[in-house]
Amino acid sequence: MSKTHVTTTINGEPTEYLCEASQSMLDVLRDELDLTGTKEGCGSGDCGACSIIVDDRLVCACLMLGAEAEGRRVLTIEGMSHGDKLHPLQQKFIEMAALQCGVCTPGMLIAAKALLDRNPNPSETEVRFGLAGNLCRCTGYDKIVRAVLDVAAEQRETTR
Amino acid sequence: MMEAQYRAPGSVDEAVALMAGAGGKGRVLAGGTDLLVQMRAGMVAPGLIVDVKRIAEMTAISQIAGAWRVGAAVTGAEIHDHAGLKKAWPGVVEAINLIGSKQVQGRASAGGNLCNASPAADSVPALVAAGAIATVQGPNGRREVPVEQIPAGPGKTSLKPGEIVVSFTLPARPAGSGDAYLRLIPRTEMDIAVVGCGVNLTMKDGTCTAARVALGAVAPTVLLVEGAAKALVGSKLDDKAIEAAAAACRAACKPIDDKRGTIVYRTKIAGVLLKRAVAIAAERARSN
Repeated sequence: MSKTHVTTTINGEPTEYLCEASQSMLDVLRDELDLTGTKEGCGSGDCGACSIIVDDRLVCACLMLGAEAEGRRVLTIEGMSHGDKLHPLQQKFIEMAALQCGVCTPGMLIAAKALLDRNPNPSETEVRFGLAGNLCRCTGYDKIVRAVLDVAAEQRETTR
Repeated sequence: MMEAQYRAPGSVDEAVALMAGAGGKGRVLAGGTDLLVQMRAGMVAPGLIVDVKRIAEMTAISQIAGAWRVGAAVTGAEIHDHAGLKKAWPGVVEAINLIGSKQVQGRASAGGNLCNASPAADSVPALVAAGAIATVQGPNGRREVPVEQIPAGPGKTSLKPGEIVVSFTLPARPAGSGDAYLRLIPRTEMDIAVVGCGVNLTMKDGTCTAARVALGAVAPTVLLVEGAAKALVGSKLDDKAIEAAAAACRAACKPIDDKRGTIVYRTKIAGVLLKRAVAIAAERARSN
């Protein structure tokens, strides 16, 4: 069976892989590239656990084919920190205990980053709508929302 | 099962040729928010997946002589960020942006929403109210089709084999025009419409001179409710005219009973949403 050859950029690294036509980006990341930080929750675009950023747009990796990544720029949770230096959102999630079991966390972090990249000064409502596509069955969301608002406030402080 | 093939053509002509070559086994991939879910559930097993997101005409928003052309594969996120389109057609933009989460918005398109043919598709009543025309291309060339003629029933369209919806044209309209789309869901987001209502009005000196009204999720297809439009046109949008339009909406409903809403509830809500959507569209028309 002929596979599709894909040349793309993942977390800043030029990357090549072969995938089946119907193979999702999520399966390519996890099974072909060993980037297992992106989690599979529902597999139908409802839970957001597999959130990634493709060409600056937040998407569910389960709703995208691996073949579609040709020539695109993909950011996964593995690309969020700078080496050992965590992204401020990651640091704040730890400080404020904005996670429990951790399955939703990579998707939450990616979705929160996508939100703050476009809107550095979101209201609580905007944060809640921005993360509405990410389900968490542990935290009750409150700590997550407060962590995102805190990071936004701190980033505005440092860029002032 | 035959393993599928994936192609990402650069033109509509190529896409149509690929679909024709697939002999009914081809599926168009725009955002994939329906297709990939259906493939995963085993509901469809395409032999050929034709990704249309590399086709410039299908992924562009442009303005031509006051009309707007929106590629069928333009994502909700891109539409959200388009200030010009949002100003001209706020109801259409809001309707498209109500579909799913931010993640879904990053992928989902109006073309996909239409061709998936859900009776509850949010963008469709707004497009029908707008009088949007779909440009469709297939083996026999191009044709222009009013959006309301495309849905044929749940999961079914009137498109002929191998035809692709290329773009939507939102017509130029006079000053004093406004549109709105409202839907009822039990939650605040991430749900499927119990009822959806799109309204598009033109006002001149306080009188409604043109109107289109469409309802979603109250029949096997989205409905263009001409009786409601008739009740509004010529009126000053007084209570009597609006109540007559609401009554026309209720009369047009042929909904189902399901876990999201009963027949009685959906029918009542259709009239309620009509009144609220008219108020928003009229306000926008006055300030335009």
